[in-house]
Amino acid sequence: MLNDADRIFTNIYGWGDAGLNGAKARGDWDKTAALLALGPDEIVERMKASGLRGRGGAGFPTGLKWSFMPKEVKDRPHYLVVNADESEPGTCKDRDIIRHEPHKLLEGCLIAGFAMRAHAAYIYIRGEFVNEARRLQTAIDEAYDAGLLGKDAAKSGWAFDIYLHRGAGAYICGEETALLESLEGRKGQPRLKPPFPAGVGLYGCPTTVNNVESIAVAPTILRRGPDWFAGLGKENNTGTKLFCISGHVNNPCNVEEEMGIPLRELLEKHAGGVRGGWNNLLAVIPGGSSTPLMPKDVCADMTMDFDALRNAGTGLGTAGIIVMDKSTDIVKAISRLSYFYKHESCGQCTPCREGTGWMWRMMERLVRGEAESHEIDTLEQVTRQIEGHTICALGDAAAWPIQGLIKHFRPEIERRIAARHAVDAVNAAE
Amino acid sequence: MSIEARIASDQPDSFAFSKENEAEIKRILAKYPKGRQASAVMPLLDLAQRQHDNWIPMKAIELIAKKLDMAEIRVLEVATFYTMFNLKPVGKYFLQACTTTPCWLRGSDEMMRAIKDRYQISSGETSACGKFSLLEVECLGACVNAPILQVNDDFYEDLDYQSTGALLDSLEADAPLPVGSVLGRSGSEATTGATTLAAVKPKPAASGATKKRSQANA
Repeated sequence: MLNDADRIFTNIYGWGDAGLNGAKARGDWDKTAALLALGPDEIVERMKASGLRGRGGAGFPTGLKWSFMPKEVKDRPHYLVVNADESEPGTCKDRDIIRHEPHKLLEGCLIAGFAMRAHAAYIYIRGEFVNEARRLQTAIDEAYDAGLLGKDAAKSGWAFDIYLHRGAGAYICGEETALLESLEGRKGQPRLKPPFPAGVGLYGCPTTVNNVESIAVAPTILRRGPDWFAGLGKENNTGTKLFCISGHVNNPCNVEEEMGIPLRELLEKHAGGVRGGWNNLLAVIPGGSSTPLMPKDVCADMTMDFDALRNAGTGLGTAGIIVMDKSTDIVKAISRLSYFYKHESCGQCTPCREGTGWMWRMMERLVRGEAESHEIDTLEQVTRQIEGHTICALGDAAAWPIQGLIKHFRPEIERRIAARHAVDAVNAAE
Repeated sequence: MSIEARIASDQPDSFAFSKENEAEIKRILAKYPKGRQASAVMPLLDLAQRQHDNWIPMKAIELIAKKLDMAEIRVLEVATFYTMFNLKPVGKYFLQACTTTPCWLRGSDEMMRAIKDRYQISSGETSACGKFSLLEVECLGACVNAPILQVNDDFYEDLDYQSTGALLDSLEADAPLPVGSVLGRSGSEATTGATTLAAVKPKPAASGATKKRSQANA
């Protein structure tokens, strides 16, 4: 188990003052100018050395992402955009950073912005987080009043502004180019890539979009050194991570743990274990709703990191762990996710717009067993025709949970179909 | 749902921003670069909605289009794309119930049942008294505190049938319960107390208010 001394988010539960004084007492904004004095290139190198991989789901190395920004500012300004549109079912970590540790995020914005030669950051927060947005705006105002943002941010000589922008209820805006469209005042429909945002992003300018957690951990990584961060976790999966444990555990909670912690240890040490004991476990969705589920036998010795989960055919995603015990109607649980993706499809690409609805209707039939066995294969084929055939990954995200269900719970689906047929046969005979 | 069904048929003849909101609009516009004022469309729609009893009349869409130098259809497009913009009236208490899988696993059906039993309304409907509107929504992003009911701006967390009823009682009396977890959690720590951060953990007395979850939801 991770030592408290190695935890970055020491006010994650909101016990202390989330304001500037409390944050400073916890070490935030401590000699920030000295960190910036390292220079943009050195900051990027140190972030690379820390091994930090993006915490928004894809796990792309953060330092490397920053390095894609042009090395010189020419006719177009550079922008940092923070993705605080946390909406992936099972994920609720950024909310806690925003409401309880907002200054870690703001200081991270200054450092990341400076490293990519940006003078402005936009934080795009999901619209439903009204109170969280108020808290964050208060923190921004405090930082300006204290001279930590503005013309000479934290007395570094670097001018830096942070603007908060609220969304209005659209999961798709968590996709980085949809987020940029939304920020520009349009429907949140993803853009084709290339060009990538580092070349043509917000307002056509070089832009990097990062998740809240990736940005909020940056100041601590630089302060304590990349070796400290790289020394935690596993090779290629370094550092600490906020895990969200929801569903059928005794004590659902968020907790910061070491990357690579065994799933069972994580659930039993922090979430009171699976409801009814480990043997009552049915399946776990390990990284937010889009990652394929793992049945109990796969969970037994799974570790929570990008590589181990990818090798098991699923993913760490956002580390939003959804636990389901044996009382769960697993087909219904996945069908509800299918409905989610149908609801959230932006409607731009045909395979996703039509396919998510088709898959959900098919899933609803499977919940009741109103299908033929061969239709399971048809559904599987349809998921393959959606996956990889859309502009953004929402189509993939809608396909994967169903693929995981069919892979691991096909007998359960077939059992329902058989049971339904038996009932139909009896009814027909009467 | 067709566009017609989403927009109120009964519309006011005019809409103007209040003086305070005109000042707020100036502050909002200052966030975005020159010529990029369209970025302010969502904040302005939100402002209009807050000023106008939680729904946006068509006159406000026209006004915002004019203010931001946008075509009206572009503003309407944004207003209909994002689910949080209401284009027809809702009750004083707008109940947005999350029923996505993490909430469903923790008993969101019971939370919904508590609302339906009391007001006989389904998603998209308003109670006979006119005070409560219900909308089933997708993941609200507070999954470890599931199930969640958003009442206007505020999240109520860790609900079950009984506590949803108690919350509705408080709303009927216009004396809403304290926002957040009805089990008394300060955040997303375990109900039995956090397992980490021992040095800063509040003394047990502080978390003594934490109530046991009722069996109804188990």
